[in-house]
Amino acid sequence: MSATADTHGHDDHDVHHHKETFITKYIFSTDHKMIAKQYLITGTVMGIIGILMSIMFRMQIAWPEKPNVLFEALLGKWAPDGVMDADIYLALVTIHGTIMVFFVLTAGLSGTFSNLLIPLQIGARDMASGFLNMVSYWLFFISCVIMIGSLYVEAGPAAAGWTIYPPLSALPMASSGSGMGMTLWLISMAIFIASQLIGSLNYIVTVINLRTKGMSMTRLPLTIWAFFVTAIIGTVSFPVLLSAALLLIMDRSFGTSFFLSDIFIQGEVLHYQGGSPVLFEHLFWFLGHPEVYIVILPAMGLVSEIMASSSRKPIFGYRAMIASILAIAFLSTIVWGHHMFVSGMNPFLGSVFTFTTLLIAIPSAVKAFNWITTIWKGNLQMNPAMLFSIGFVSTFITGGLTGIILGDSALDINVHDTYFVIAHFHLVMGISALYGMFAGIYHWYPKMFGRMMNKNLGYLHFWITAVCAYGVFFPMHFIGMAGLPRRYYSNSSFPLFDDLANTNVIITIFAIVGGIAQIIYLYNFFISIFYGKKAEQNPWKSTTLEWTTPVKHVHGNWPGAIPHVYRWSYDYSKPGHDVDFVPQNVPLMEGEEELQH
Amino acid sequence: MTAILTIIIVLFVAVALWQMVKIFDLAQVGTTNTQIADDHDNKINGYLMIGFLIFIYLITILSFWYLGDLPLMSNAASEHGSKVDNLMIISMIVIFVVQTITQFLLHYFAFKYRGEKGKKAFFYADNNTLEFIWTVIPVIVLAGLIIYGLFTWNDIMNIDEDDDPMVIELYAQQFNWKARYSGNDNVLGKANVRLIDIDRANILGVDEEDPNAEDDVIVTELHLPVGKPVLFKMRSQDVLHSAYMPHFRAQMNCVPGMVTQFGFTPTVTTADMRQTPEIIDKVKNINELRVERSAEVEASGQELIYEFDYLLLCNKICGKSHYNMQMKIIVETQEEFDAWMEEQTTFPNSLIN
Repeated sequence: MSATADTHGHDDHDVHHHKETFITKYIFSTDHKMIAKQYLITGTVMGIIGILMSIMFRMQIAWPEKPNVLFEALLGKWAPDGVMDADIYLALVTIHGTIMVFFVLTAGLSGTFSNLLIPLQIGARDMASGFLNMVSYWLFFISCVIMIGSLYVEAGPAAAGWTIYPPLSALPMASSGSGMGMTLWLISMAIFIASQLIGSLNYIVTVINLRTKGMSMTRLPLTIWAFFVTAIIGTVSFPVLLSAALLLIMDRSFGTSFFLSDIFIQGEVLHYQGGSPVLFEHLFWFLGHPEVYIVILPAMGLVSEIMASSSRKPIFGYRAMIASILAIAFLSTIVWGHHMFVSGMNPFLGSVFTFTTLLIAIPSAVKAFNWITTIWKGNLQMNPAMLFSIGFVSTFITGGLTGIILGDSALDINVHDTYFVIAHFHLVMGISALYGMFAGIYHWYPKMFGRMMNKNLGYLHFWITAVCAYGVFFPMHFIGMAGLPRRYYSNSSFPLFDDLANTNVIITIFAIVGGIAQIIYLYNFFISIFYGKKAEQNPWKSTTLEWTTPVKHVHGNWPGAIPHVYRWSYDYSKPGHDVDFVPQNVPLMEGEEELQH
Repeated sequence: MTAILTIIIVLFVAVALWQMVKIFDLAQVGTTNTQIADDHDNKINGYLMIGFLIFIYLITILSFWYLGDLPLMSNAASEHGSKVDNLMIISMIVIFVVQTITQFLLHYFAFKYRGEKGKKAFFYADNNTLEFIWTVIPVIVLAGLIIYGLFTWNDIMNIDEDDDPMVIELYAQQFNWKARYSGNDNVLGKANVRLIDIDRANILGVDEEDPNAEDDVIVTELHLPVGKPVLFKMRSQDVLHSAYMPHFRAQMNCVPGMVTQFGFTPTVTTADMRQTPEIIDKVKNINELRVERSAEVEASGQELIYEFDYLLLCNKICGKSHYNMQMKIIVETQEEFDAWMEEQTTFPNSLIN
């Protein structure tokens, strides 16, 4: 296949280069590096909105039904006299979840780094189809616009939780957000899924077909393995969500009964007969669970790469890392039922899903131990990217361990849908994936923008975020174990949970401080694009191919021929070499043996 | 109190910020500004890693100290509850041990092996024995947890009909709960939302023709006799709800169009539970907090002084008033229960003709 890449010489790229206008270069670009930046900036904007929403509903939880200037300013008629309305509280948690899971941590993370790194690290001129890549981004952009647009609907945006279980999401009389707001949510998601599918197919084809000469699958950096497997999981599971969304649209608009049956609401019996909401739950979680791995696997890939490079050591257990990625990917598709232990499905199914779910702890443990061994006896370069990578492993362990409780059906009965769940998944896939994304941004910023981010602001950003993340989510385990259900607009309408009020205030303060700390990052990110220190070609002294490309982006990535690859991507501090890294395009020395990895 | 705490925390954060910027600025003196970590950065961040490890341990200890009086790990009020609690405690110990060790290794290594110019890392790419060890250990631990968990789960979910459980229907609607007792025959009358007749006060859609419905009793407060197995049959008329009874370690969704079930045996009466030291402490604590903000509590129409009661909460997002959908549960002696039941109106008598 490498022959294809080679014949795709750079001459014809120069021709494209001359024809570039502002529009083809910055807006409808087919260059993977530009598309990666577009994904990143769009994801960042969505992230700001998502985090702002979380701070607003955290304020409502801490100071229930108190007037708040922030609400008055941002929520308008949904916060009469500055007091947040109960419907808009649910809308905020719904849209926060949707935006963070799909728009930031799926598209923003995977979209940015798959696009940036797949061609650069495998030695390809661009994605297999630059045009489809562009279509994928613009579909994503349209879905963002529709989702944001749904915030301006008269009756309010979708408010049925990000899992949009029917009948709540199907019946406008059950929730004011289930009218136009939900329609727009479903349309936005359908377009988003199309975008993800096109993107994923492109990633898969590119990795399989466009690797440069010598880049065998076992010489690929772990980033590429992670993106590749993520794209496969996405291709397998996203279509199922699309079908669930389409069936829900049919129930809502055309009177079918896929998910609805025997409903009496607001004084009348509805005609629905024979459907089941449990079916929707199965379809939703068939994507919904793999989705958390779609979010976390790219972060794992980025962190593996950064940890090796920053430790000046090979990643420990390269093959075990690949095997565990594959094992996690496989298991992720057969565990969805652990979200449904108390949904009314057959208890025997609960037993099966408990078994498969707890198995995931094994490859996860292997990964965690391998990361720890990677930094053992290293020469750790504490760049902000490395700090976020260490932070990733820390929150991944803390959050992952409580999965042992939630995955155990007998224990889940009691903590299901409480704050314990919120603490668990925010640490293990929310904060962890965000850390992975930040690590990736700090690390590959020189590649994306040709400039360096300020490291001291990076340190400040990391340490405040790290303290606040634990400050927010660690105590949540305990209020969850005290029985506090999630998605409660107010916890003081009956006295049972009054003793948790102070803890909720502390959590909110940590959330506000942590949210404000992100301003440091935003400042650093946007200012450095223009005023950052100019980057060297290979600032972190890494071995992978992206650092062999010139700092200034060129169409086709390498001005000359594509480099060939002679070794795996983790030859750091290899004995017998003077320097502590040997790039992949350096041929083996005489008598040097490639590691049997 | 909370306000003072808030101010103190904000102050601490501000001071910490200012200090950190100062440290980073100092670290910059005399170095070429490449924006790549140098030995200074490695050292400072290495020490901060140890600081962070201490922070993680500290927040763990503080959380257990202040919030660790966990009603969900002791004090179960149902027969299967203590088994769940045991499994929970064992799982928590496993988690606690693994968490303490792995976080230590991670942060300690980050400190110990912080980079220095001229140092060379140890080239160590693979070790099958190590990989084998940390695959097998989780396998063994998890096998234990899985087997224990599955036995507990089956024990809870398999309802033993020989125990002759008392059958009670839990009926959910936006935004309240009803309970329907099956009466002397212990069989619920047939019901469907299509039979709901608001004008005649048949709000649960119970079939009047069904003889089993004749002794059914519909109430808005759940009474349970202590020590008697109960089998709940759950229904919902509009959207998904979830019947969550945390003190009894019980939860099951209520799904429109189908009947779900959950059974347990309450073991502690409300009166006895109020006398346990944990609950006395909790209630005292809550009442102190309520007195502190008494104006607010009274304005909301609640009684100022709280007395403990078991509650059935809605735990599946169900709309605007989801947060305020609960039903009181009273566990009492058989005699008290019989006396209470005596006063209730049977379903046919509750209808308006």
